[in-house]
Amino acid sequence: MSKIIPGSRTRLALVAVLALVLVLPAAASARTKSSTGSAASCQLSVFSWWTGGGEAAGLTKLIAIWNKQNPTCPFKNETVAGGAGSNAKAVLAQRLAAHKPPDSFQGHAGKELQDYIKAGQVEPIDFIYTQYGFDKIMPKQLISQITYQGHLYSVPVNIHRANVLWYNPAVLKKAGIASVPKTWAQFTAALDKAKAAGVIPLALGEQWTQKHLFETVLISTLGVSGWNQLWTKEGDWNSAGVKTAIDRFNTLLAKYTNSDAGSLTWQDAGKLVADGKAAFNIMGDWQDGYFSGSTAGGNLALKPGTAYNWAAVPGSDGVYDWLSDSFTLPKGAPHRDAAIKWLAFLGSEKAQDTFNPVKGSIPARQDAKTSLYGPYLKWALQQWKTDKLAGSLTHGVVASNAWNAAIDSALGLFIQGHNTASFQKALVAAHDKNAS
Amino acid sequence: MKRIRRWGPGLLLVSPSIVLIAVFVYGLIGWNIKVSLSDWRQAQPSSGYAGLRAYRDLFHDAVWSLDLRHILIFTVVFIVGTLFVGWTLAFLLDKGVKGEGFFRAIYLFPMAVSFIASGIVWRWLMNPAPGDRETGLNAVFDHAGLHFLVNQWYLGQNWGMAAMAMPAVWALSGYIMALFLAGFRGVPEELREAARMDGASEYRVYRHVVFPHLRPVTLSALIILGHISIKVFDLIVAVGGKQLITQVPAVYMWIQIYDAQDYAKGAAIATLLLIGISVLIIPYLIFTVRSERNA
Repeated sequence: MSKIIPGSRTRLALVAVLALVLVLPAAASARTKSSTGSAASCQLSVFSWWTGGGEAAGLTKLIAIWNKQNPTCPFKNETVAGGAGSNAKAVLAQRLAAHKPPDSFQGHAGKELQDYIKAGQVEPIDFIYTQYGFDKIMPKQLISQITYQGHLYSVPVNIHRANVLWYNPAVLKKAGIASVPKTWAQFTAALDKAKAAGVIPLALGEQWTQKHLFETVLISTLGVSGWNQLWTKEGDWNSAGVKTAIDRFNTLLAKYTNSDAGSLTWQDAGKLVADGKAAFNIMGDWQDGYFSGSTAGGNLALKPGTAYNWAAVPGSDGVYDWLSDSFTLPKGAPHRDAAIKWLAFLGSEKAQDTFNPVKGSIPARQDAKTSLYGPYLKWALQQWKTDKLAGSLTHGVVASNAWNAAIDSALGLFIQGHNTASFQKALVAAHDKNAS
Repeated sequence: MKRIRRWGPGLLLVSPSIVLIAVFVYGLIGWNIKVSLSDWRQAQPSSGYAGLRAYRDLFHDAVWSLDLRHILIFTVVFIVGTLFVGWTLAFLLDKGVKGEGFFRAIYLFPMAVSFIASGIVWRWLMNPAPGDRETGLNAVFDHAGLHFLVNQWYLGQNWGMAAMAMPAVWALSGYIMALFLAGFRGVPEELREAARMDGASEYRVYRHVVFPHLRPVTLSALIILGHISIKVFDLIVAVGGKQLITQVPAVYMWIQIYDAQDYAKGAAIATLLLIGISVLIIPYLIFTVRSERNA
């Protein structure tokens, strides 16, 4: 570093003045630019974490339609990368705190939005539902599960299913597993056979996928009404049913999963099934997009039904453990009218049937054109019409962020210590602290 | 008037940085402490006073004590490992090596790579996958017939954090080598020669002449490594992700603020981290001020 020589003070002053001269106009022009920019032309800024794979491709298609229909208010894509929106939510929190909301932002439908609602950061949008008939065309159970204190705050664009059992038919055949397990007893018997055949019985990934697994075990064990009851104020986490579920989960971890789970992403775990190194994997139906999608998109391009196959998680047939990406109307949205138009567009049959076949999910609407969808999604569409709905924990439907974080901690401690009693105690405590 | 003219311009020159530091460092530290004492436990801000509630919560929190255990193991392995490797490299270079500049550059390079990037590479090197899926170091050990060295690395139940410190040791020992090398070179050649004239063996020259001169360097190295270690975040996230098995206080702070939205608890963790670092830094500052005054 150069030292300032005594006597060069005048030169220093000159430099300082020069710096001011250079910086001030830049700052001033930046200010005028931003103010005239927003006033002169409308731009619909939409915040999401759809940056890769099928979701980015689906969003691109939606943007193309939007821009064609709304040439005066083009789409401004404000995405932040990061799986399940973990980084995006942090960025969004800062923007909302600074009162600089986008025109609409993505959030998992359900309790995860509650924090924004309680903080008064989003507006109720019941009027959009009635005006465009979404309340009639979307399942009643869905509408009631995303209603908070009598109001709706977001439009669900897609529906994913979390309780899907993925398997490799060739491996099952080799291990002598004649039929896909439907009950828990059949499942453990099948896992034993797979273990005897020398493959990983149940492929598992890092901590959040373990929570995902625990969620599906709870639903299988308690049934849909037992599950939904857990998330109410009266929910009983101390029950024998929860204890059974914890024991089942513990057995899965201890006996049937790979030892390196903590080092695998959900794709890594799925690939073990695809490669024939594992028999089963329990993951949401984005796994289908990874298995069957094009290799150019980083997917495996496998043939559904032969290279891999699927069924409901044993014991949960007839239950749709759902989650949904939805969009909101933030309070103080710079272009409120355009944002309302965007939400109405997202709920339309055209938008949902454009986005979902590409993203690998099904529409929240019940009037989808089935012919547009691949084999797995055709199955899911069928189930969506008849199944009972259970909201997902891991993906933000049934529990607030704080409750979810408390369960994360309890689960993390359990995975290390395998103490089922203290796990259940921690779950009860998390309920008592967070249920409302 | 005359006195103002003497220190006035100097004060004027540093005043922008004084103001900036006052606001953006000490002001925000103060605000952070205030939040940690508040009842801001949800998304919407709240400034009610809740006393030491957040701190008490932490000390009853099994996750927090696990975090402390993790950071302790990480810090010890990281500091001891880095000092040892850095010192050894500097010692070898000091003994005279052909192409010293080349080696110096090679050893310094890892520091230029961000923890995120090197973390991703080390995640692969320390892959705990068993059997035919083995890669990285485990595969090397197996091929070399050293099967007993194959291990779970950062997923190890008790000592996983020791493995987690390896990338950090790798990244910073070159820098510590540079510090020690400067220290070695700072010992005047006349002193060494005088000792040799008196018949000291090479061991005794180092033991009684060179090493005592390295004390200030060692202290600086300790401070630098210590504060990096206590704050470590990016390396952990790159290697282990957001999992409890590798969680450290800085990651828990992030989780409390952005996932659980318990701002008071997050701020309490931040304050405790600051105190942890101050315990290292303040004695060092006192030491430097004293030795400068004596000089």
